[in-house]
Amino acid sequence: MILLLQYTLIFASVLMLVALGGCFSEHSGIVNIGLEGIMVMGALGGALVMKFLPNLSAPLMILLVVICSMALGTVYSLLLAVAAINFQADQTLVGTAMNLLGTAAATVFVKAMNTAESVDNVSSIIQYVNQKKALVVYIGKFEFNWFMLIALVLLILSYFILYKTQFGLRLMACGEHPQAADSVGINVYKMRYAGVLISGMLGGLGGIVYITAGVSEWKFENGVAGFGFLALAVMIFGQWKPHNIALAALLFGMLRALSNVYTAFDFLAALNLPGNLYNMLPYIICLVVLAFTSKNSRAPKAEGIPYDKGQR
Amino acid sequence: MKKEKTSLLRNAGVQSLLASLLCILIGLIVGYIVLLIIEPSGANKAITTIIKNFLTYSRTDTQLKYLGNTLAKTAPLLLCSLSVLFAYKAGLFNIGAAGQYVIGAGASLYFALALNMPWYVCLIAAIIAGAVLGAISGLLYAYRNVNVVISCIMLNWISLYSVNTLLTSVKDSTSPYTLPLASTNPSAVLPTLGLDKLFNGNEYVTIAVPLAIIIAIIIWVVLEKTKMGYELKATGYNKNAAKYCGMQEKKNLVMTMAIAGALASMGAALYFLTGFEQWSCSQASVPDMGFNGIAAAFLGGLSPLGSILSSFFIQHISSGGAYVDKTMYCAQISDLISSIIIYVCGFVLFFKYAMNKWLDRSAEKKAEKEASKDEKGGAEQ
Repeated sequence: MILLLQYTLIFASVLMLVALGGCFSEHSGIVNIGLEGIMVMGALGGALVMKFLPNLSAPLMILLVVICSMALGTVYSLLLAVAAINFQADQTLVGTAMNLLGTAAATVFVKAMNTAESVDNVSSIIQYVNQKKALVVYIGKFEFNWFMLIALVLLILSYFILYKTQFGLRLMACGEHPQAADSVGINVYKMRYAGVLISGMLGGLGGIVYITAGVSEWKFENGVAGFGFLALAVMIFGQWKPHNIALAALLFGMLRALSNVYTAFDFLAALNLPGNLYNMLPYIICLVVLAFTSKNSRAPKAEGIPYDKGQR
Repeated sequence: MKKEKTSLLRNAGVQSLLASLLCILIGLIVGYIVLLIIEPSGANKAITTIIKNFLTYSRTDTQLKYLGNTLAKTAPLLLCSLSVLFAYKAGLFNIGAAGQYVIGAGASLYFALALNMPWYVCLIAAIIAGAVLGAISGLLYAYRNVNVVISCIMLNWISLYSVNTLLTSVKDSTSPYTLPLASTNPSAVLPTLGLDKLFNGNEYVTIAVPLAIIIAIIIWVVLEKTKMGYELKATGYNKNAAKYCGMQEKKNLVMTMAIAGALASMGAALYFLTGFEQWSCSQASVPDMGFNGIAAAFLGGLSPLGSILSSFFIQHISSGGAYVDKTMYCAQISDLISSIIIYVCGFVLFFKYAMNKWLDRSAEKKAEKEASKDEKGGAEQ
């Protein structure tokens, strides 16, 4: 039971962070399909800190890991920002390319690094067995991960920024009706850059949280196994609102956790359902919800449409 | 002469070709730079190895054999890219090609291994499964206004997990892979019609290769020469205008997605029914084939005939990646190159726009010069 709770909370933190990232990007009017790739890059950033600075004190380690994964995620999201905002590229195409590129680039990088260390090592694995201990505190049997707290803080902060600050309201205006926003003097391009970069920041952080959840080494060839897309489902299920996203993340995180530990529950094991069903459920739920709510969708109205100042 | 040259540059086909070549060039340059950073001494050799692929072998018959392998993998890629471009013509971004590919693999392998059906039944089963999956996205969009990209992404993962579960029943007991096709049910292996002899006895070269090319040509004919293709494109340009003109825009959208789905899953069947590869039931992410189909579609300038070339090229460099010197580099370098190529493809529209603008400006300048020359000439007289 404790294991289920622990996995639920950590997976929910991942999903929430990444979905909030997607939420910022979409509210500014850019569809970010590339979250998966951004997560891989963020994960790489954090893992590198843990690999090369293994002897830091716990708070410093957490701080550096967070900063580095956020930084790499942000830099990587620039690829989307430049293409989609300045060059009016197809956002779905660029996002797809970023997903493929993220995994490929991380694999090439890690393999090159491993091979440079010893010629026989051609794996794409980074290990962080000891370093990971800095991230967790045991409360009884429950493994509390500091990232859970960070995710909660960022959730509250996101809510506040989106709804209570001038910046957030302007950002959302750019996703609803950029021409109107521009007419009252808001720089749509800048706002969209901000939205995409914030999504890179949160997505990158989500990446490192994901690869340190439960395991103590990561094979970068595997990317992040669809968590970026699952986060997209969380964002839609949460109707692009931070507080709903948090609830959706908890639900989907629990389903993900169940697929790992369902055999420990007698009544679930007795049902004898394949573990894949729990993996599948979030997507099915999301699709059904979409089918019933899309007629009056809460999605930002101008998302996915490149903004051209000269167009009316 | 000069006038002809400008008009040639203005030709949409030529522009697409130039843009694609530029994308490839940028992709290769970035790949080369990455190789240089990793290990400068071997970079030249590695990039030529990737470009040469099977040509790295010196003997002609070995070359032919490995060309056969590349072709066997080109066929599914070509069909995935056709799936993407067909939907794109109707204004839909079929990111679900990946999932439709998965369901095609699942259906064809299940019919082949569990139900012991001959190859044509497996192929038809895959086509139907893919068409149904595609139609779900189409129906959701046409009647419930669900964004196609989103529903496709969800269906990608749903189909991955269902296929993993389904194929576990025909799995090898000791490994995550499905049973080998050739020994379990030889009747399900695609016939080669003697094509294997052309490629030095490579049994993976089957009717899949010519079939894929024929389908590319059929898709071109459908899009360019039939009423249906015209209606699909009209729906893509403006759904409401198409409706106003009396076209059944909803039916068109659903049908487009069904055909797109059928194409992608047929690609999977044409690949897995050669026995080239077995399905791994522990796969944690959707195979890249469908996403590479997006790359091939855009690199081919969204034309079915261009797709034939671009899918061969992408498969060619992916296979070439396997030959790089493993003590310095890894095979994923070719994934890196092809993903850069997709990324750069996003800039193609801008490239064409910039090129047309440049042509306009140079034409204007020329006209100005000629005008001033005439004036001068007039003054001298």
